[in-house]
Amino acid sequence: MNRITWAVAALLAVVFFLSIGHTEQVAKPEPAPEGRIRITYWEKWTNFEEQAMREVVNKFNESQDKYFVDMLSVSGITNKVLLSTSGGIPPDVAGLFGAQMAQYGALGLARPLDDLIERDGIRAEDYIPAYWEMGRYEDRHIAFPSTPATTALHYNAADWRAGGFDPDNPPKTLEEFDKIAFALNKKTADGKLQKAGFLPNEPGWWNFGFGALFGAKYWDGGDKLLLNSPEMIEAYEWVQKYHREIGPGAVSNFKGGLGTFDSPQNGFMSGTVSSVLQGVWMANFIQMHNPDLDWRAAPFPHPASKPEMEGFTFVDMDILIIPRGAKNVEGAWEFIKYVQSQEGMELLCTGQAKHTPLVKVSDEFWANHKNPQIKLFHAQAFNEAAFAPVKLSMWPEIQGEMNAVYEAISGPELVNVTERLNRAQERLQPLLEKELRIRRAREAMAKENGA
Amino acid sequence: MKKASKETIAGLAFASPWIIGFCVFLAYPLLQALYLSLTDYNTLNAPVWVGFDNYIDLFKDELFHKSLVNTFSFAAFSLPLSMIFGISLALLLNNQVKGLSLYRAIFYVPSLVPMISLAMLWLWLFNGDYGIINIALKGIGISNPPLWLSDANWSKPALVVMSLWGVGNAMVIYLAGLQNVPVSLYESAELDGAGPFRKIWLVTLPLLSPVIQFNLIMGIIGSLQVFALPYVMFPGGAPDRATYFFAMYLWDSAFVNQRMGYASAMGWVMFLMIFALTMVSIKLSDKGVHYS
Repeated sequence: MNRITWAVAALLAVVFFLSIGHTEQVAKPEPAPEGRIRITYWEKWTNFEEQAMREVVNKFNESQDKYFVDMLSVSGITNKVLLSTSGGIPPDVAGLFGAQMAQYGALGLARPLDDLIERDGIRAEDYIPAYWEMGRYEDRHIAFPSTPATTALHYNAADWRAGGFDPDNPPKTLEEFDKIAFALNKKTADGKLQKAGFLPNEPGWWNFGFGALFGAKYWDGGDKLLLNSPEMIEAYEWVQKYHREIGPGAVSNFKGGLGTFDSPQNGFMSGTVSSVLQGVWMANFIQMHNPDLDWRAAPFPHPASKPEMEGFTFVDMDILIIPRGAKNVEGAWEFIKYVQSQEGMELLCTGQAKHTPLVKVSDEFWANHKNPQIKLFHAQAFNEAAFAPVKLSMWPEIQGEMNAVYEAISGPELVNVTERLNRAQERLQPLLEKELRIRRAREAMAKENGA
Repeated sequence: MKKASKETIAGLAFASPWIIGFCVFLAYPLLQALYLSLTDYNTLNAPVWVGFDNYIDLFKDELFHKSLVNTFSFAAFSLPLSMIFGISLALLLNNQVKGLSLYRAIFYVPSLVPMISLAMLWLWLFNGDYGIINIALKGIGISNPPLWLSDANWSKPALVVMSLWGVGNAMVIYLAGLQNVPVSLYESAELDGAGPFRKIWLVTLPLLSPVIQFNLIMGIIGSLQVFALPYVMFPGGAPDRATYFFAMYLWDSAFVNQRMGYASAMGWVMFLMIFALTMVSIKLSDKGVHYS
């Protein structure tokens, strides 16, 4: 070998050994202090939300000397928790998405917590009923909230005032609200939408759920989906009205010019969209990107013909579970209990700028919260018209299909709502039947095996 | 030990890293997927045997048909266009002109842009109101240019146009093939009175045919597996699943809907289709492929 070859080989060897050293340094888990049991905790959050949870973890670690929680922020967490659980090496605690609760339940991903709940006297009445109920799948309790969420109408008070509408007296019904929204639309001479009063699909996170606003159910709780019910048709005809008013295709072009959610170019924060359906977290982002925005929040208006839907909101929550096969169940449970305490929960929800899922709230929480209308969001969760994710493991498929329905009926061709919903029903009903068939087969297998 | 068997053992020993890799990472997963495709399986629980139910359900599934039609119609346009553009660019860049290396680099560099950045970029280019494409179309007198992103009739053509962005990769391979065409053949053709187009048709393309065949097969495989760009640009296959491709449905079935058995069946159907198409394209193009 000549000198150059030797030099290149030596350089590669040095890089190789350095990279090994570096990898070890990065991969090395945080050591548990002497004599304490290490609890592994995987969480999906990054950024300030991760930081908020990390503060709770630190408080827990300081509060006792038996366990030490080691938190790791993990991307693509659902699949990683599933695979690690399948491989028999799950984390002790996992922070997952509440919307997929039924899927986790059906898969048997989470260890049922009923024995621990009973032993330690955790009480349902300490929680807002919607969140307690969301933690249950069939007859078992499998998850507890980390942070909860509700939604409300957010509106630009200055825009409303300029349009001749009183921001301190928001509309109660959709019919009143539609008039405001349409009046605030602004178009250029050649018909381009310049400013929108309201767009049902901005930001587009609840396109699947407008049926619920009209009181539609997605599933009868048995063997039938209800995707083409009269309420569902009414809801998506209301949605289509907005796209017809603005002009087929115009909304998509307009939305294409808006920035991403977490940016100053966000439609609502930049003042390009006057009203949006948004969640409790929105105040925090407004504070970050446009603190001067003059905004308000109010319960989303309901159809005049359905007074029972007054105060409608989407409720959701992030959850903590103990994956099946976790090694340190007691330590994991201790940590979850700490997060559920008023101290832990308020610390977390203050940091993540959300309301608490607990009924009891301290004066400091209200006083220190970043969202000036936090009490509204907390109260929204108690509402009987609140809509929570459907407890069916095929719920993600239903969401996907309903999102496709939204796109079809709002696209340039303005597809007939009833026909498109009939197609959705026809496609998904056999899937539900198959799912129920498989579930029965699994139950029979479990019985045979004496489980 | 006989010399021949010693050599066989030595040969197998040297090939063993590949053989082990093939068995562990390819053959075993393929066979396991075949077994799982005959079950209902969700990662956490034991598979439940369902026989050919997943395959039967697939053929009844409207979304499966739609994703197949989307995938094949995309491939039918994207593949020939990519080949025509790739060969044309390679021919142009095979001429001895000043700054040739720079031109080659300019046409190759776009294929290095990361997928996600590319998706974001094209979302702006295709915007109906503010996108440069529609502004240009209006500039040449088309008063109602297509709504590329929101019209189900135009979103696939938009993706076909975008697929040409990465044509630089194939172009480099064609260029390498062009270097192997002997100059003497062009000289003979010239002596026989052939013009530039006759030379391309009678000399260049026949001698480039092995490279064309290679790119055709890779193109079939690539275009039937199209995933990243539409997944980022058109979440859920929007609008109304017009851009919902086979690989996206497979991904959603496996990792969103947790129906691994169904996804395995889809994977096998995809494998068999690609295998069949590759065999057909080899058979059909065999007569036209010339090795120098």
